[in-house]
Amino acid sequence: MSLTKKKMVDLYTIMLRIRDFEEKIEELVMTATIGGFVHLYVGQEAVATGVCATLTDADYLTSTHRGHGHMIAKGGDVKLMMAELFAKSTGYCKGKGGSMHIADLDLGILGANGIVGGGPPIAVGAAMAAQYKGTDSVCICFSGDGASNQGTTHEAMNLAAVWKAPVVFVAENNHYGEFTSQAKHQCIESITERAAGYGIPGAIVDGNDLVAVYEAAAEAVGRARKGKGPTLLECKTYRIKGHFVGDPEVYREKNEVEGWQKADKDPILRLEKKLIDTKALTKDKVKKIRESVQKEIDEAVKFAEESPEPDVSELMDGVYA
Amino acid sequence: MTSMNMGMAVNNALSLEMERDPNVFLLGEDIGYPGGVLGVTAGLQAKFGEKRVLDTPISESAIIGAAVGAAAAGLRPVAELMFVDFIGVCLDQLFNQAAKMRYMFGGKAKIPMVLRTCCGAGIGAAAQHSQSLEAWFMHIPGLKVVLPSTPYDAKGLLISAIRDDNPVVFLENKVLYQIPGEVPDDSYTVPIGEADIKREGNDVTVVATGQMVMRALAVAEKMAADGVSVEVLDPRSLCPLDEDAILESVKKTHRLVIVHEEVKFAGSGAEIAATVAEKAFDYLDAPILRVAAPFCPVPFSGKLEAEFVPSEEKITDAVKAVMEG
Repeated sequence: MSLTKKKMVDLYTIMLRIRDFEEKIEELVMTATIGGFVHLYVGQEAVATGVCATLTDADYLTSTHRGHGHMIAKGGDVKLMMAELFAKSTGYCKGKGGSMHIADLDLGILGANGIVGGGPPIAVGAAMAAQYKGTDSVCICFSGDGASNQGTTHEAMNLAAVWKAPVVFVAENNHYGEFTSQAKHQCIESITERAAGYGIPGAIVDGNDLVAVYEAAAEAVGRARKGKGPTLLECKTYRIKGHFVGDPEVYREKNEVEGWQKADKDPILRLEKKLIDTKALTKDKVKKIRESVQKEIDEAVKFAEESPEPDVSELMDGVYA
Repeated sequence: MTSMNMGMAVNNALSLEMERDPNVFLLGEDIGYPGGVLGVTAGLQAKFGEKRVLDTPISESAIIGAAVGAAAAGLRPVAELMFVDFIGVCLDQLFNQAAKMRYMFGGKAKIPMVLRTCCGAGIGAAAQHSQSLEAWFMHIPGLKVVLPSTPYDAKGLLISAIRDDNPVVFLENKVLYQIPGEVPDDSYTVPIGEADIKREGNDVTVVATGQMVMRALAVAEKMAADGVSVEVLDPRSLCPLDEDAILESVKKTHRLVIVHEEVKFAGSGAEIAATVAEKAFDYLDAPILRVAAPFCPVPFSGKLEAEFVPSEEKITDAVKAVMEG
């Protein structure tokens, strides 16, 4: 399955949307316009975008505390996302969830998750349900290098293997689990080294190469759809921002971060260059797309600002079905 | 009508619901081929097949979490946690995920799962296989908590729990698995959140749960001979709790004794006592007493374990104490 030029331009636009959304959120948190704990996806856009490009609305995903990118990549509406972060009643979760619990069941997004490793067991269940119902839907389980050490992750991978559940475990190795570098929190270089331990195929891909992510994901998703079971797909990327907005980042050097923002590493700049080089886009077209995406984000902020807060009478809604 | 013990009643409820609704399936450790560690799910895999009665590896977080995911994706899983004492290794999936997803997602997700598990002391299973932890689950908004005391209640409540669109923690007392009772053969429901007066009386209300209901009834029978009329009220569900039934009973009898197998300190009885003190204070002729397990882990020694589980004697002492005012 290879990407058409048009599709690549669409995916490039999605990556920009994620980047601009996240940078806007950073600004809003730093100016205390919005509150709560927010964990930005800047630098990892190619992973969510490339993986979600292989999915339909009938497929599921479980996300992490760093979930905005996954949501936008799977078709989430930035207006409704922004309203949720503004804690407005027009938000995806009616202001009840916030950044770490943002979800859209209609898109199969089973939620961002405030618990590291909270998603993998749920992903196995959703995948198993898809199989039980006789569909070829899959569930993508996004998790990080941090979560790869969590007990729930091991349990979920083993169970998925035993059940041959149609899950693709996308391990986003962004080099940091909260404040601790991967080199310090595990003895292996690649999470995928554990795949054999569960009896499942593993693959490693350059997580900042959109096309490579797409192709690897398509293969893993295809395998799952055919009933051949789970795959562990490690996408090597880098977390440009701190663990959360406001993180003083005492644990790493600025020049390390800057290195990953250069044109040969940044996923958006790399795809942009490819699109210009192959004449899929002109510099002028790039400018127009960037402006258009920026406008979308600005409109999302406006929508959120103008939306009402939830009424106190809504406090007890939704505790029980 | 058939005489069956609680284990068989649970089995029957599972079988009937699985026949009725193809979305109901079971998962847990050793529930399929071996029929469950205490035999409760015997025969179900043979009847419904391996796709609907799933044996899992020993991975409670994955089991409970898979139930959450499957429920969110439209199925109706009944997961078994072999012993309630194992909840520690998988509690996140129950209390942070299952219980909260609907609320956190603005009312959109639905998690219609049941977590069945066994609780209680009395078979020498010792500290890590004998606890009663109702209060833990009651404390989490979003969960429903059910603790039947008879085979009849167990069957009806489990059917209700499976049909409920919320995550339900279904507690089965392991001593009660062996106690028979009359159960209708067909399908029926017992509403969650509705208490049952197991014995009517006028002098004192004894609110009892699980295995304690039988002991309270035995005490009531004996005390009737002494001219004391004991009303035994079984809440059956602890969350939602049938406050109205409890208050109505206390307003009639003016005396309340609560009996549960949980440790007394911060147990479900504390909630019931506080609620009655708050809402029916003027009706009480005596302080509210709780008869419960002492504040220690469950001992292995049979002699010590018998001391741990509230006895008929201790219940009688409490009833006599409130009668004296």
